Amino acid sequence: MQQKDIKRLTMLLLFAPFALWILLLILLPHIGMVILSLREKVAPRVYEFGFGNYIDFAMEPIYWNTLLRTGSMALLVTALALLIGFPIAYYIAKVAGFRTRGALFLLCLIPLWVSDLIRAFGWILLLRETGVISTFLQWSGAIDGPIEFLYNDATVVVGLVYTVILFMIVPLVSTLDGMDNSMIEAGYNLGGNGFTVLRRIIVPYAMPGIVSGCIVVFMLTAGSYLTPILLGGKNSSWFTEQIYDQFITRFNWESGAAFGFLLLAFTSLVIWLGLKLSGQTLANTVAKS
Amino acid sequence: MRLNPTVAALLAATMLTGAGSAQAETLRLLTWGSYAPEELVQKFEKEYPDIDVEVTFSNNEEMIAKLRATGGAGFDLAQPSHDRIYAAQLEYDIYKPMDLSKIDTSVMEPSLLEGVKANTTIEGEVYSVPHQWGTSGLMANKEMAPDFKGWGDLCDPKYKGKTSMRLKRTILLGTAFAMGEDPFAAYADLDKYQEILDKVADKLIECKGNIKAYWKGGDDLSAMMLSGEIVASETWDSTAYKLFGQNENIVFVPPETGALAWIDTFTLPRKGKADDAAYKWINFVLRPENVTIMSSSTGSMASVKGAKDLLPPEKKVAVSAAFTDADISNLKFFANIPPGVEDMEGKTLEKIKAATGG
Amino acid sequence: MTPNPTFDLECNNIAKSFGKVRAVNDVSFTIPSGSFFSILGPSGCGKTTLMRMIAGFEEPTGGDIKIKGKSVLGTPPNKRNVKMVFQHLALFPMMNVYENIAYGLRCSGHDKDEIKRKVHDVLERIALPDVADREIHQLSGGQKQRIAIARCMVLDPDVLLLDEPLGALDLKLREAMKIELKLLQHQFNTTFIYITHDQSEALVMSDHVAVMNKGDFEQIGTPQELYHRPNTAFVAGFVGDSNRWTGRVKSGDATGGMAETDQGLPIKFTANGQSQISEGETVDIFVRPEFIRTLRGADRQSPVEPHETSIDGVVDSLLFNGANSRVLVRGSTGQLIEADVTLTGSGDLTPGEDVRLAWSSEQATCFARHEAS
Repeated sequence: MQQKDIKRLTMLLLFAPFALWILLLILLPHIGMVILSLREKVAPRVYEFGFGNYIDFAMEPIYWNTLLRTGSMALLVTALALLIGFPIAYYIAKVAGFRTRGALFLLCLIPLWVSDLIRAFGWILLLRETGVISTFLQWSGAIDGPIEFLYNDATVVVGLVYTVILFMIVPLVSTLDGMDNSMIEAGYNLGGNGFTVLRRIIVPYAMPGIVSGCIVVFMLTAGSYLTPILLGGKNSSWFTEQIYDQFITRFNWESGAAFGFLLLAFTSLVIWLGLKLSGQTLANTVAKS
Repeated sequence: MRLNPTVAALLAATMLTGAGSAQAETLRLLTWGSYAPEELVQKFEKEYPDIDVEVTFSNNEEMIAKLRATGGAGFDLAQPSHDRIYAAQLEYDIYKPMDLSKIDTSVMEPSLLEGVKANTTIEGEVYSVPHQWGTSGLMANKEMAPDFKGWGDLCDPKYKGKTSMRLKRTILLGTAFAMGEDPFAAYADLDKYQEILDKVADKLIECKGNIKAYWKGGDDLSAMMLSGEIVASETWDSTAYKLFGQNENIVFVPPETGALAWIDTFTLPRKGKADDAAYKWINFVLRPENVTIMSSSTGSMASVKGAKDLLPPEKKVAVSAAFTDADISNLKFFANIPPGVEDMEGKTLEKIKAATGG
Repeated sequence: MTPNPTFDLECNNIAKSFGKVRAVNDVSFTIPSGSFFSILGPSGCGKTTLMRMIAGFEEPTGGDIKIKGKSVLGTPPNKRNVKMVFQHLALFPMMNVYENIAYGLRCSGHDKDEIKRKVHDVLERIALPDVADREIHQLSGGQKQRIAIARCMVLDPDVLLLDEPLGALDLKLREAMKIELKLLQHQFNTTFIYITHDQSEALVMSDHVAVMNKGDFEQIGTPQELYHRPNTAFVAGFVGDSNRWTGRVKSGDATGGMAETDQGLPIKFTANGQSQISEGETVDIFVRPEFIRTLRGADRQSPVEPHETSIDGVVDSLLFNGANSRVLVRGSTGQLIEADVTLTGSGDLTPGEDVRLAWSSEQATCFARHEAS
């Protein structure tokens, strides 16, 4: 009996930090946000309970357009990151030798040692009208006058893909790494060509990694702030910027909280749809990669 | 007002780690990037060995947000602009009144002192005194845009793709003045103000095609201006002065309708714990020799008598190149923002940003 | 070679080097249609490389591979009618049994009904008609084994390669699968090439076995030939159990003679068919335990035949294993010798007992030591 009690106490103690973390740092702040988002400001220092902030969002096309825009751009970034990241991950996991693999992984990691801000400035230096690429193209005679590569949506997408691609590569490498090479060989042996093997064997096998990579990348992209702000052009509004403005510039915490929640709900919805479409479960993807 | 908030935060972090342990009294300063130069902080700590100075760099909006989150705790001295005190105090109760007897107000420029006092008096209590002041206006490269003189010129097709602005309230106000309105007067009648804002929004949406990009901080503005990618822009005067030091063709242009002037203040957060140290700091930076150090860091003028003479020499040239006496008397000081205006302006800015054009 | 090929697979002087390492060294062999052929060798002998060359995953650096009389050099693996059962089976975990088997048929463009018919056909033949809708992880080890074979056989291959597929099974199942594999091979009447390092698997199932060592084939033959008439010391040592001595020839002619082991034990031997053994040469002598008679009690004193070698010793220990029980005897020269004995349960040998071991010189196979090895 006593033995059992001690065991139970140990379990409790082991579990406590996790429970506290979830409770204090995740649940409580979110509950606070929900309550905040349901307050309507009627006069200075006077608030009423209501859904006014959410109604405001629904009534103002600018807000939900920005949310949809952010969502679709994030999906595009996710798709590109997958398209570019998959071959890289495949090379690292299956083709590269043992030593090269470490080096390649390290190469992928290096950009993470630099802050978001510095990376964005790096892109600015490269892409601006008087920047490296434009100057080089002029020097080589490929173009006549300077070209501005900065301040448009394409730049934002490129910058975001660069920032998040590592989070696609890591889970992909880890699932592909767990794949027995003979599975691929069996795919060829049984008569499949390269495309069939990729489509019927490698991709289905890597699905948990693909899905978890996509979830992380989508969440990071939809929630990113610096890159779209710094690289974006005159029309590129981003939903996080909207939230920041509500909280900071307009002192409207109530509506900022509502926006934050809407972003969370929206991204969760997209991910749920993605899981449904790919036939994966969250537990499955998280456990496998 | 002059530094990208993230850069400021990075700097602040390095400064904080540099600060010693706090067995002595600590003065926690919430201020603008460059408003607490290391040289001055060290000098202050030498003079008052029992006071440690901790600096957090921020901007108007973040200062208010930080203080609002804690109900005015966590800092001992803040420096919001003069137009951002009245409404914030009414709405969130984050400041406490000042004891003017503890400040050497005699050295201050009386017009600025009286102006700030008028702006920040609530129920007979004064909440702020002036520190640095400066203007928002235009800058132009004289070689490429010699006759640039008003807010409206930003939208002149002559400079298509060669101008920039920051998509914040300053440009709304400037454009309103350029269209012959007086937005500050309209603060009293918010319906009228909304009308003005709508007109301004139409104008700025139409103007979007003329703008190369909206700048976000002093750094990207400087880069665009120095590289010649743009020839004119809305700007803070201090940024323009800095660029003047690197290229004498780049000058600050007070718009013909008047540059918009702001005064950054000294204000005490409601739950500050080191008021005495705060007063010591205020009096310390008002001393003439310290004013020069401060101004060379901020690039702005102090609110003390004879401030122009106390500027470091290279800034003095830049200011003289920019302002005539007529310009000075034409300054439009930001009026107190009444509750609700931030929301109206915010929506207008969103509308402009979301509009497709250019 | 006959113009009408009766060989499913021919390899001519096939070789493979990885950098400076020569994994397969000019190996030649032919496999008649419908036979069960094993390649037996220790790990690292090059048997897997050989198999991968046949499957097309490696290009040989020399020689030629012909399947049904046609060279397949340069043919990619998916175009060769050679299927392979992988060591860990490599069933596709994200597909169910039906999909696994249908995969190859889909690749070759069969229509839906035909695929369905063929898959169910093959499942019938491997006696697992009801597992089509199961997931792979729901199958037992033996079932997986059979599905892996069915997945290949449904494509009607010319040659089926099996890469130690029994290695992962437990002993009991392994024994059962040996028999099953043999039966399946008969049933499909397809040429099986079976790679293994387990000599008992090779001996039980195969029509022919090739013993491979260090990239070379040491000997190809039926299991009986390999066991009873090994060509080399390696084969003698690798196939079946043996007592092994090293010694020097004291006297003898081409067919046999007398050698003295390093421990000083004189042994009469027969030279293996192909080698000449002369006096003074260093030799390896192999005697299988089942050919050693164990004499006890009074029998110990009875004289042995002139061609027999005998040695006195003390029983060190008994290794009881039913019909395969053995006795370990420490000889007068100090060496341990294994001999098969029949243990009846009463009046058996006991450790410490004095015994005499005897065997015929015909069973003492002798190989000259090559100086190189």
